[in-house]
Amino acid sequence: MVWADTIVQGILLGGLYALFATGLSLIFGVMRLVNLAHGDFSILAAFLAVVAVQMLDVGPLLALGLVVPVMAVVGYGLQRLVLNRLLGRGILPAVLVTFGLSVVIQNGLLETFSADSHRLNAGGLETASLPLGGGIAVGWFPLLTFAVAVLLLVGLQLLIGRTALGRAFRAASDDRETAELMGIDNGRLYGLAMALSLAIVAVAGVFLGIRTTFTFASGPDRLLFAFEAVIIGGLGSLWGTLVGGVILGVAQTTGARFSPGWGVLAGHLVFLAVLLLRPSGLFAKSQRVDS
Amino acid sequence: MTLLRVRALSAFYGDFQALFGVSLDVAEGETVAVIGANGAGKSTLLRALAGALPVPREVVTFDGQPVGGRPAHALVDRGIVLVPEGRKIFPSLSVQENLLVGAHRRRPGPWTPERVYRLFPVLGERRAQPGTNLSGGEQQMLAIGRGLMANPRLLLVDEISLGLAPLVVQHLYAVLEAVKVEGTTLLVVEQDVSRVLAMAQRVYCFRKGSVSLHDVPSRLTREQIASAYFGA
Repeated sequence: MVWADTIVQGILLGGLYALFATGLSLIFGVMRLVNLAHGDFSILAAFLAVVAVQMLDVGPLLALGLVVPVMAVVGYGLQRLVLNRLLGRGILPAVLVTFGLSVVIQNGLLETFSADSHRLNAGGLETASLPLGGGIAVGWFPLLTFAVAVLLLVGLQLLIGRTALGRAFRAASDDRETAELMGIDNGRLYGLAMALSLAIVAVAGVFLGIRTTFTFASGPDRLLFAFEAVIIGGLGSLWGTLVGGVILGVAQTTGARFSPGWGVLAGHLVFLAVLLLRPSGLFAKSQRVDS
Repeated sequence: MTLLRVRALSAFYGDFQALFGVSLDVAEGETVAVIGANGAGKSTLLRALAGALPVPREVVTFDGQPVGGRPAHALVDRGIVLVPEGRKIFPSLSVQENLLVGAHRRRPGPWTPERVYRLFPVLGERRAQPGTNLSGGEQQMLAIGRGLMANPRLLLVDEISLGLAPLVVQHLYAVLEAVKVEGTTLLVVEQDVSRVLAMAQRVYCFRKGSVSLHDVPSRLTREQIASAYFGA
């Protein structure tokens, strides 16, 4: 039963990792941009939620109503004012600039919020659990996280597969120059993709902040897990991202069952194993956004 | 009335100059052909007109407005639409979705996917398939249909005969004929000289990035074309 419990917890943790990974995967798919500040943006969103909770006297889940749109606007502005200037010159300029952004965000957060660890208080939701019998209980909050991850993925899949915006994402992913010639304004399109990416990672950051403590320096770990989930699942596959997150989550909870220090290591080992045996990931069809 | 007016257009790919002071006019409703050998600058002209290459503002006027160097999507808004060389069908998109991308700017006009399917029934039969599952000729039909979906005033058509069987090419040109009859202005780049001369009201021959000959097809002799094409 201990093992069943470990695996269930791992699967639910995977939902959170999928939330972190989805936005990263989306912008790589649409514009081949690797955003090294992705994890830091999630932590920025968590700190924004801390401020919103204090100022508006609401719970962190309600604060999402403010944090998500703010992060979407930040994403749109960042893309149009900065990142769009770097595209079309290979992958390196954007890697360097987003690495710099990562440093700037972390130090900005350190200046503003000190090095103390913070936490978002969801009024008991984070510790409430649902007994399943046989000694297994699942937390309501991990369950909610997983459900939100699945809903967001379904929503994103519908958006990419069924709407004009999603069609434009796929067209620009296939061939940016022809997309532009057909009348798609790539600059604006990329802005919308980054807005969507940061809106999703804002949800991830706030959920992380409810689940556990975070500091100004928590971003890079999140980025690493997000990368691992994306690579395990396979680039360009939304559902692969969820499966990748789940595999990473189960590996981490299983490793931690043997010894608390082994959790993260076990995740990395599984990631390396996938990279060795199936370098393109489990569900990759191709390197583009897939509906 | 002159719809498109190009004056002393030079175009570059980095340090390489592909066009040297090209001037050209296209009247509303007219079909103009551009012929010339490989590397003469024909495709460069179309790409510059469609907004894919930087050009000075005053060099290109469309409907009396200077439009040189405007971004491609702004030119599509005005009705300048390119059917690119090599078809450039989006592989992740179905046949129907490829057509719908052509209508991305929602420029008002008569074209709908159904209307394209009446023109090319085979596309209608295969509307749900990935665009790149089609044969070369069908992909070219799709590329033309995608261009029409933007409801163009000026359709720039780049080498639609490339690599296709003569019967298919004949069909494609019959369709362009129909598009022309409806009043769409056409600027057609083509290597298949006899095909395009039969259709165009005027022809420009390019050689090494400049206009080497410009006339009405009926006044041209085979020798004149050959010397403009290859140099005397």
